[in-house]
Amino acid sequence: MSARISASFQEGRCSLIPFITVGDPHVDWTVDIMHALVDGGADLLELGVPFSDPMADGPVIQQSSERAIERGVTLESVLNTVREFREQDQQTPVILMGYMNPVERFGEADFPAAAAAAGVDGLLLVDCPPEEAQVLHQALEQEGLSSILLVAPTTREARLDRICGAASGFIYYVSFKGITGANRLDADALQAPINAIRSRSELPVAAGFGINDAESAQAVAAHSDGVVIGSALVKLLAESEDREDAVGRARDFVASVRQALDNS
Amino acid sequence: MNAQVQQTSDQPDESGHFGEYGGSFVSETLMHALEELREAWLRWRNDDEFMARLDRDLAYYVGRPSPIYYAERLTQHCGGARILLKREDLNHTGAHKINNTVGQNLLAWHMGKQRVIAETGAGQHGVATSTVAARLNQQCVVYMGETDIHRQAINVFRMRLMGAEVRSVTSGSKTLKDALNEAMRDWVTNVDDTFYVIGTVAGPHPYPVMVRDFNAIVGREARKQMLEQYEELPDALVACVGGGSNAIGLFHPFIGDRDVAMYGVEAAGRGLNTEEHAASLCAGKPGVLHGCRTYLLDDQAGQITHTHSVSAGLDYPGVGPEHSWLKDEGRATYVGVTDEETLAATHALSRMEGILPALESAHAIAYGMKLASEMRADQTILINLSGRGDKDVQTLAAIEGLEL
Ligand SMILES: Cc1ncc(COP(=O)(O)O)c(C=O)c1O
Repeated sequence: MSARISASFQEGRCSLIPFITVGDPHVDWTVDIMHALVDGGADLLELGVPFSDPMADGPVIQQSSERAIERGVTLESVLNTVREFREQDQQTPVILMGYMNPVERFGEADFPAAAAAAGVDGLLLVDCPPEEAQVLHQALEQEGLSSILLVAPTTREARLDRICGAASGFIYYVSFKGITGANRLDADALQAPINAIRSRSELPVAAGFGINDAESAQAVAAHSDGVVIGSALVKLLAESEDREDAVGRARDFVASVRQALDNS
Repeated sequence: MNAQVQQTSDQPDESGHFGEYGGSFVSETLMHALEELREAWLRWRNDDEFMARLDRDLAYYVGRPSPIYYAERLTQHCGGARILLKREDLNHTGAHKINNTVGQNLLAWHMGKQRVIAETGAGQHGVATSTVAARLNQQCVVYMGETDIHRQAINVFRMRLMGAEVRSVTSGSKTLKDALNEAMRDWVTNVDDTFYVIGTVAGPHPYPVMVRDFNAIVGREARKQMLEQYEELPDALVACVGGGSNAIGLFHPFIGDRDVAMYGVEAAGRGLNTEEHAASLCAGKPGVLHGCRTYLLDDQAGQITHTHSVSAGLDYPGVGPEHSWLKDEGRATYVGVTDEETLAATHALSRMEGILPALESAHAIAYGMKLASEMRADQTILINLSGRGDKDVQTLAAIEGLEL
């Protein structure tokens, strides 16, 4: 399990976890945006590895993914991005979120060591439940990387035990039945399922999907150890005019959410 | 050949793996729905009343059994093995696809799910789903790529006549694979009351097994008909492979008959040496797409590539995991047929037998003709004529520069 991840979750403070797609809106801006997110108060960064067929994503992340692929972003270049980020920041944990096939093509056997060497702390594969990933999880663990697993509103008890047993780093609770960016969040509905996770696992629980501003983040933070904000940020960045604008938007947006979390 | 293959019943394992292929690669939200589906299918497939109802629907609604037809003039033309056709084109709605939807829609009904969704490429599966949905009074939404909506306009209108809503998919390559993504997104969102009717033997477990089981009626019938009508099994089976449901439906009951060769025909589009084809078994590598590990077409970074075929129903970058397994085991052989060869076969079958095949099925006809000409006159090949070509009339006319 990644030491950087466990150190980033602190008692009494809700972790803020922004998601961006690597290479969107521009390949050369991503590292600067990552630093800006940290400046604004992000505790952990989640980098989207673009995939051609993102089944769990809504239009905002789909299109962001398509743009990144058009600009030539690959899993290999994502690792280079993390390596470059690590030249200045050795503290903030970085996890990759994506789909199975790019990892498969990179080489399931080679990926964990390459990711660890680049400075990655964890991996979340949306379309890979723990049942299908035993070998990969072991290899990640050996390299000190966390396997971030999802729990959904539809997850039943027997599976919850299994997921809690296999997860490391933190557990990602999918806040509703649906795709990323959808407008279906009901923050109060998170309490019971997150408590069910907590009764089975010591790991921190972050919630994601549908959190799009300071207000919704605050509402979710009442129940979780972390909040993930994706589509709203990706959309904001996609509308930026140049690097400076993008960096400013990233910093200001995260800072506003951070402030709301600290005031609650 | 691996000894395992001789036994048809021991694949897949409990979690849906055919050797290293198959499995359930979906987001956590769907894992419970898949488990529910597995349990429902296990229960109802062993329920006498359910199976009797299915048999009645297949007989009196679909019109089964479909005949085996001796294509005499085509045989003479090829000058080799006797060519027989399994006439799935004569089914209600014009293709094998309805074998699967009478089953899945009925299962949805028994599970209490009132809304069914489907993805479609050529529109045949969409038509088959909306047709049965009309009869069972189910709400039906069909996802179809924008490109396919244009090239299969007749089927789009047929679905609407049945009361289905056809939703245009504009993401990615705007074809079948993107329609499947969109259907999955719908399912994740509406998982409580919605049943996803997948149209081929791909997708997460239990779809590859369940769809195979529903389509295996084709092979069971064919095997029996061969023994009754010809007192022998064919020397070779030929079927086109998009996702692979008509092929596995024909092949599966023959897997244990080791003297029966099996040929799956993929869309070679403008040629396997170009990038414009859809031949995942012939030219792809194992990877993960749409819920299963299987052969697929992708680039070096693992991005799924755009495919091409003159037939929308074969224009898919993946394939059912059982075919991947049959290929690796050497039990079935997979080959490619180009657009040009397909069009020639379409015309040949129309002119010589008075049967207009679907462009998908014409791939099988083209390879079957080639194979027959290389075989002896005392040998027999059985080609699965998976569908009729009415839906392709506009495409065929357009190729000749005509607008209807
Ligand atoms: C007539 C016909 N044959 C074959 C196919 C390909 O599907 P499969 O490979 O699952 O049989 C289609 C798909 O639309 C079809 O309409």
